[in-house]
Amino acid sequence: MEAELLEIRQHMGRFPPFDALDDELLDSVAGQVEVAYFKAGSDILRLDQALHELCYIRSGAVEVRRRTGDLYNRLGEGDIFGQFSLLRNHRVRFPARALEDTLIYYIPEAVFLRLCEADEHFADFVELERPRLEAAVEEHKKANDMMITRVRKLLTRYPVMVEAGASVQEAARQITEAQASAALILDAPDGDPRHTFTDSEDRPWRLRGILTDSDFRTRIVAEGVSPDTPVGDLASGRLITIQSDESVHEAMLCMLRNNIHHLPVLYRRRPVGIVHLSDIIRYETHSSLYLVSNIFHQSSIDGLARLAPDVRAAFVRMVEEGASSQMVGSALSTIGRSFVRRLLELAEEALGPPPVAYCFMVNGSMARNEQTIVTDQDNALILADDFDPARHDAYFLSLAQFVSDGLAACGYTYCKGEVMATNPQWRQPVSVWKRYFSEWIASPTPERLLHCSIFFDLDSAYGEEAYVEQLQDLIARQAPNSPRFLAAMARNALNRKPPLGFFRTFVMEKDGKHNNSINLKRRGTAPLVDLIRVHALACGSRAQNSFERLDDIAATQLLAPGVGDKLRYAMELLSVVRIRHQVLDLQHEHEPDNNIEPENVADSERHHLKDAFQVLSHAQKFLKYRYPVPPHAGRAR
Amino acid sequence: MLSHRLTARSQGHEWPSYLQRRAAEARAPVLKAFFAADWPAPETPIGEAPLVALDLETTGLDVQRHAIVSIGLVPFSLQRIPLAERRYWVVRPSRPLSGASVAYHHITHSEVAGAPDLESILPELLEALAGRVVVVHFRHIERPFLDEAVKARLGEGIRFPMIDTMSLEARLHRLSLWSRLRRWMRRPPVSIRLGDSRRRYGLPDYQGHHAMVDALATAELLQAQVARHYDPALPVSALWT
Repeated sequence: MEAELLEIRQHMGRFPPFDALDDELLDSVAGQVEVAYFKAGSDILRLDQALHELCYIRSGAVEVRRRTGDLYNRLGEGDIFGQFSLLRNHRVRFPARALEDTLIYYIPEAVFLRLCEADEHFADFVELERPRLEAAVEEHKKANDMMITRVRKLLTRYPVMVEAGASVQEAARQITEAQASAALILDAPDGDPRHTFTDSEDRPWRLRGILTDSDFRTRIVAEGVSPDTPVGDLASGRLITIQSDESVHEAMLCMLRNNIHHLPVLYRRRPVGIVHLSDIIRYETHSSLYLVSNIFHQSSIDGLARLAPDVRAAFVRMVEEGASSQMVGSALSTIGRSFVRRLLELAEEALGPPPVAYCFMVNGSMARNEQTIVTDQDNALILADDFDPARHDAYFLSLAQFVSDGLAACGYTYCKGEVMATNPQWRQPVSVWKRYFSEWIASPTPERLLHCSIFFDLDSAYGEEAYVEQLQDLIARQAPNSPRFLAAMARNALNRKPPLGFFRTFVMEKDGKHNNSINLKRRGTAPLVDLIRVHALACGSRAQNSFERLDDIAATQLLAPGVGDKLRYAMELLSVVRIRHQVLDLQHEHEPDNNIEPENVADSERHHLKDAFQVLSHAQKFLKYRYPVPPHAGRAR
Repeated sequence: MLSHRLTARSQGHEWPSYLQRRAAEARAPVLKAFFAADWPAPETPIGEAPLVALDLETTGLDVQRHAIVSIGLVPFSLQRIPLAERRYWVVRPSRPLSGASVAYHHITHSEVAGAPDLESILPELLEALAGRVVVVHFRHIERPFLDEAVKARLGEGIRFPMIDTMSLEARLHRLSLWSRLRRWMRRPPVSIRLGDSRRRYGLPDYQGHHAMVDALATAELLQAQVARHYDPALPVSALWT
C-alpha cells in the first residue's frame, strides 16, 4: 500500500461494509476516491440528479430526505449513501444535504461495482435491507450451531429394542441386562411411513412405542398385567421422538412440553438412542430444565421466590450460548408457566378443590412463548358456565390473588393495565368470554381494542385447556371476516412507531429530534408483534408465537413474496439485541430493562438495527393500506 | 494592512506578463514549455480555475542549507479532488539527511538512497503543474525551495502564481478588526497552521508531514475556505500571489 493513502484507508477500514474488505480491495478503493467539501446547509445530492458514485461521509453529518420532504435518515461519519440510486436508475431518489460542514469521499461507480462483485458481504450490505438483515441473523445462527450441543452428543449407547410379540417379562429381562431404564417396541411395518425404518440388516421395522421403568410400575404391576402379555399390547398413543441433530435445549423443551422423562432419538427414522431427563440434567445442572423441576418441588411462595436468581442465571447462560430468540422466549415462557402451575397447585392445596372447573389463561408474551427476563403478568380466569358468582367467586378471587401475589414475589410484576385474574372483569365464565371476544370483533373501536388487544394472544397454563381452545377457534373463525375489526387492530398496531435509526450515539426520531436511549420493546419488538398479529388474525391463524404466525401468514398470499422473511429477520434481530442487552445489564449488576443506549451498540449492529426499523416502518405503511377502515364504518348493522 | 492587500492584488495582475516574459526568455526546453502553457487569466472565476495542490517535504526550513525529500500533488477543482490523479515522488536530497528531519517526515535514509534526483522527475512535475493555479499552505517553503532546486539544475529559477491557504487564513484571522482586538487584549493569535485551520472548517485530522497527505489536506482546506468565505465567481487574481 502506498503510505500516502493510509489515512483514507484506515478510516474506511473502521466502518461497515469496508471493515470486512480484504486489504487489497480496500487499497484500491482508497486510491480511487474523489473528495469534496460541503458547507453546512448546502446540497450534496439533488433530487433526480444523475449519480455515478457512492458517497462516504469522512466527517460531518448529512440529512437524507424523501421526495416528500420527510426526513428519511440522518447519517454521520463512516456512513454511506447513494447506493440505492446507484443500484437502480442512477437518479437521486432521496436528496441529501450537509447538516454540518461535511467532507465526502466519492467512490466511483466502476470501483463500487467491482466491490459488489468481489465481495459478497459488501454486496449484501449495499443492497436492500433484507439481505443485510438476513446475513446478520444467519451469522448469529451459524455461531449457534457450533455452540449449541446437538442431542446426539448425549447418547452413549444404542437403545434396547424388543419385538412387539415379546413378553413383558422378556422385555424387563433385556432392559435389566443392558442396565437401561427403557426399551423401544418394534413391530412389523403397517404402511405408515412415519415410524418405519430398516435396521442394519435391511429388515424393515415400525417403531411402535416405548416401555419405561415407570411403565412397569404404573401400567403393569399396579394394573396386575400378566408377565406373559406381549409388549405390543401395551404400546399405545402417540410416540414422541426427536431428531439426533436437534439441540439439547430442544430436547429439553420437548420433554417439558410433553411431560415425559424418556425421549427416543432418531437419525432420520432409525432409532439411535434414548435420552433421559437425567442425562440432560447431568449435562446442564443450571439449565432451565433443572429449574423447572425445582419449581415443582417448592412448597411455598417464599421457596419459589428464591428461584428468581436461578431464572436469571439460566437466561444469561442460554443467551451466552447463542440460543435464538425463539429458544430463549420459549424456555422463559415454560419457566413462567411452571411458576403459574405450581402456584395454582399450592393455591388449591390451601383453598381446597375448585367449586367449578376453570382454566387459568395466560396472555401477552407468555402466551406467545416470547418472554424475556423483564416481564409483567397478563392473565385471566375462564370459568365453567355453571359458575355462580355469589357462591363461587370468593374462591376464585382468592385463587387469583394467591397466584398474582406469588408471581409478583417471583419477579413478574403486576400488570399496569390490570389484565389479571384478580380483576373481576377478567374472571368470567366461558360464555361471557365468548361474548367479550364476539363483541370486540363485531363492534370494535381502536380505543376499546387498545386496552384488550392483549387478550388476542391467549393460551392455557393450567386447568381446562378446552376453554381457551374454544376462544381461539372463535377468534380464528370470526376475525378474518371482520374488516372493521382488522382495521381497528391495524390502527392500534400503528400507534408505536419505530425510530428512524441511529445517528452517532443517539436514537433518531422522525421529527429529527434525538434520544439518548431507546426502548427496544416499545419501539421495536412490540410494534412488530402487533403487526404480525393483525396479519395472523386476518388469515385465521391459531398460532400464538410470532414466528409461527409468520409461518401461517406465509402459507397465504397476504404478503408480497419476501416480505414475511424480512419481518422474520427483523423480529429475530430486534429480539436478540434486546435480550443480549438484558444479559449485559445482568452481568453489570444493573436491573435489566428494555432500554438500550446506542453508544453500547457496535457499529455493525447499529446498521442492522437501522435496517430492522426500516423493515418495520415499511410494514406499518402496508398495514394501513391493507386494512383500511371500511366505508359505513360508523353505522351499526 | 490596507497597503498589504493592495500590494497582493496588484502583484496578482502582474503574473500574466511575468509568465509571458519567462516563456520568451527561458533557455531550458522544460521551462519554456512550462511558462508557455495555457495559464488561467487573472479574471477566471476561482470556481472554474484548474487548481493543483502541492506540498514539499524538506530536510529543514533554510533554503540555503536544506533540500527537498518528497513532493506530493493532486490536481483539483472546487467541486472535486480526484485522488487517482495524485502524484508523489521521493527524491534524493542534494544535501544529507539529518536525524531530526527523518523524525519529522519519516522518510528514511534507505528510501532516499534509492530515490532519483529531482532533475529526472522535473519534466513530469512541471507538466503536472503547468497551466494550473498551484495551491499551497505557507508558500514560503514551496516557492523558494522549488526555485532554488530548479536553479541548481537548470541554471534558471522558477516562479508561478500560488494561492496560499495559510495567508487566506491570516487575512481572516490576523488582519480582521476582531483579531486586532484580540491582539490588543494580549490574547494569543489564532493558529493558522494547517491542522488548526482545517479544524475550524470541520475537516478531519490527518496525520501531517507527508507531502501527499498535506497536499490533499491543503486542497480540502481551499474548498472549505471558498465554500465558507468566498464566492466561486471571485477572480483567481484576488486570491493568488
